[in-house]
Amino acid sequence: MSTRRTVFCNARLVDPASGLDARGGLLVENGKIADLGPKLFAEVDRNDPEVIDCRGLVLAPGLIDMRVFTGEPGSEHRETLESASRAAVAGGVTTIIVMPNTDPVIDEPSLVDFIRRRAEATARVRVLPMAALTRHLAGEVMTEMGLLKEAGAVAFTDGDRTIANTRVLRRALAYASTFGVLVVGHAEDPDLTEGTAVNECEYAMRLGLPAAPAAAETMIVERDIRLVELTGARYHFAQISCRASLDAIAAAKKRGLPITCGVAAHHLALNELDVGPYYTFMKVKPPLRSEADRQAMVEGVAAGIIDVIVSSHDPQAADTKRQPFAQAAFGAVGLETLLPVALELCHHNDCDLLHVLKALTSAPAKVLGLDTGVLTKGAPADLVLIDPDVPFVMDPEKLHSRARNTPFEGRRFQGHAVMTFVGGERVYDRAAESRT
Amino acid sequence: MSPAPAALPILKTSHLLGIEGLSVGEITALLDLAEEYVALGRAKEKKSPRLKGRTVINLFFEASTRTQSSFELAGKRLGADVMNMSVRTSSVTKGETLIDTATTLNAMRPDILVVRHQDSGAAAMLARKLDCCVVNAGDGSHEHPTQALLDALTIRRRRGRFEGLTVAICGDVLHSRVARSNIRLLSKVGAHVRLVGPKTLMPAEVARFGVEVFTDMQEGLHGADIVMMLRLQLERMAGAFVPSTREYFRFWGLDRKKLAFAKPGAFVMHPGPMNRGVEIDSAVADDIEVSLIREQVEMGVAIRMAVLDALSRGLPDGERPARVARNGEDS
Repeated sequence: MSTRRTVFCNARLVDPASGLDARGGLLVENGKIADLGPKLFAEVDRNDPEVIDCRGLVLAPGLIDMRVFTGEPGSEHRETLESASRAAVAGGVTTIIVMPNTDPVIDEPSLVDFIRRRAEATARVRVLPMAALTRHLAGEVMTEMGLLKEAGAVAFTDGDRTIANTRVLRRALAYASTFGVLVVGHAEDPDLTEGTAVNECEYAMRLGLPAAPAAAETMIVERDIRLVELTGARYHFAQISCRASLDAIAAAKKRGLPITCGVAAHHLALNELDVGPYYTFMKVKPPLRSEADRQAMVEGVAAGIIDVIVSSHDPQAADTKRQPFAQAAFGAVGLETLLPVALELCHHNDCDLLHVLKALTSAPAKVLGLDTGVLTKGAPADLVLIDPDVPFVMDPEKLHSRARNTPFEGRRFQGHAVMTFVGGERVYDRAAESRT
Repeated sequence: MSPAPAALPILKTSHLLGIEGLSVGEITALLDLAEEYVALGRAKEKKSPRLKGRTVINLFFEASTRTQSSFELAGKRLGADVMNMSVRTSSVTKGETLIDTATTLNAMRPDILVVRHQDSGAAAMLARKLDCCVVNAGDGSHEHPTQALLDALTIRRRRGRFEGLTVAICGDVLHSRVARSNIRLLSKVGAHVRLVGPKTLMPAEVARFGVEVFTDMQEGLHGADIVMMLRLQLERMAGAFVPSTREYFRFWGLDRKKLAFAKPGAFVMHPGPMNRGVEIDSAVADDIEVSLIREQVEMGVAIRMAVLDALSRGLPDGERPARVARNGEDS
């Protein structure tokens, strides 16, 4: 069998794990990175069909998105693994971690297996399922974490639900730590947030919308930190959205607790005023917060307190969004805007490209214990070629996702994925797409 | 008499979604026009042909005898064809979305859609999607502009001005669209607004409206020219927001003793329907020397006639092209 080779020349190699940011070349053989370096392929023939001339664009590890909701199984009209994967590759994402909040809930080893097989048959990216932490996401009985782990669950979470019962959560964390598996939590006090739609603020008061204070998040963050301290479980806050939560997590990390956290891209770019005249596409969970909180999230990423940036991709059909604000569904699609939003941090000089890409590649890989997210010899050739500066206006019609509920319609961005590779295979080529 | 002056435009926008966004000039013009309709309503011949040939649809998702009949009478007195639709007879209960229902009605080509809905922002949402004039007859806890306008008309007729008046709005401000619209309107025209009620019924950040907030009726009513009571919804009395009806009445219910804290000669208002013995004592509510409650109802018809008239002035005379919704337009 002949060796399948792809040669990348004239690239700006950016590898957050090693701190590499230099001109150079990269060789892919049989789906893995075979070699890379500043001197590699400096003199290569650019007309060779195996050669991709990167023209100085950024060649980085493919993005790993730790928080993706799809509708498969159960609500395929919203999104399938296949349609989510098309959105992913267009966004430069090569691994998606899918949430168990489906119908049925992914709380059985056979269902983890179903997701993996379905993904293998239909998806263009690596799809790694998280399994439910409690059966039916009911917050009462823990799942078979050992068996689910064997079946391929990368972590355990109740998705966008917070476990209200602290006794249940304590035991689930203690049991999880037995197997050393990661638990991912959503921090919103279920009672304080019940029936609410937005952040409690002057604007919500003026709009007359039911609102919950940011403290509803922080009190769960503080509660869960105490439980981690009791149990020693590895714990990741899926997404935080306010300064007080950031401060609590910074303090917990300082004490050496095994805690990490993420932030959704929209919490880096939007605030509570973007709700405007009841735009339901701005209705997300947790809600958009104050401008001070948004700035805190940016600072948190820059300071490394926030480990990962996620899309929190949550496709919703038009009928559930085209409702009065309080009745409308939560959620925003985000796979295709994850990278452009994250790049805003570079363009605004909040942090450099290496740092931003770290939160999208090597950091989530480290949290999840994956061998991807790095440019290293022998690592899987999951790669993205990024033009970090190209300006464009976000057009929902051009989204690949089955749903169009983006909060970024009409926003002016700079930078997006040009080509995406999974295991050395080219799964996305923006130029080819625009030609058709 | 030439009809030309009556056709002068009054509103800049083709909808009345709230007091927010109205200028003092627009408010004054609406109140002035309503004065004419108060006079007309007291005449023997109560009809005007201003809306002749026009269709007004009252779309009420929340039961409201008072507001709905007020709009119905206003439309009929102006010569329009008025159709009433209430939620029980519509297909919204069968899973059709609000937008679908409104789009269906829109296809019947009404000129003005009057909408009452339990969710904040419902009227604004319909205004974005439909090509007729939309009047917000109350949306969730957001706005109830015609109520605030009729309250203002009532106050202006009694006091002759707004500047320097102190108006105390008392009770469930948290859930009240009447309070939000009145705060906006009265602040715009120069009145001093106070809010009085338990903290559980005050929205967070409400002081950002530029109002004074009190928890004690004696302090809040001290020197007030107008005491405006709000309705406390029955389902909010049983422990969720206040512990009991009797405790609420003891501390925030308006009786003669509490009214005595206000300025001598102060007037009492209530948007109705009243919970007697909860937020207001019958002795106060029925005292024609102090209570403007019945007058408010009369002003309601006049204000709604003025609003329908003002909006109809912006309507094209001929064929309207049906608006095509932008694809991908978010809600």
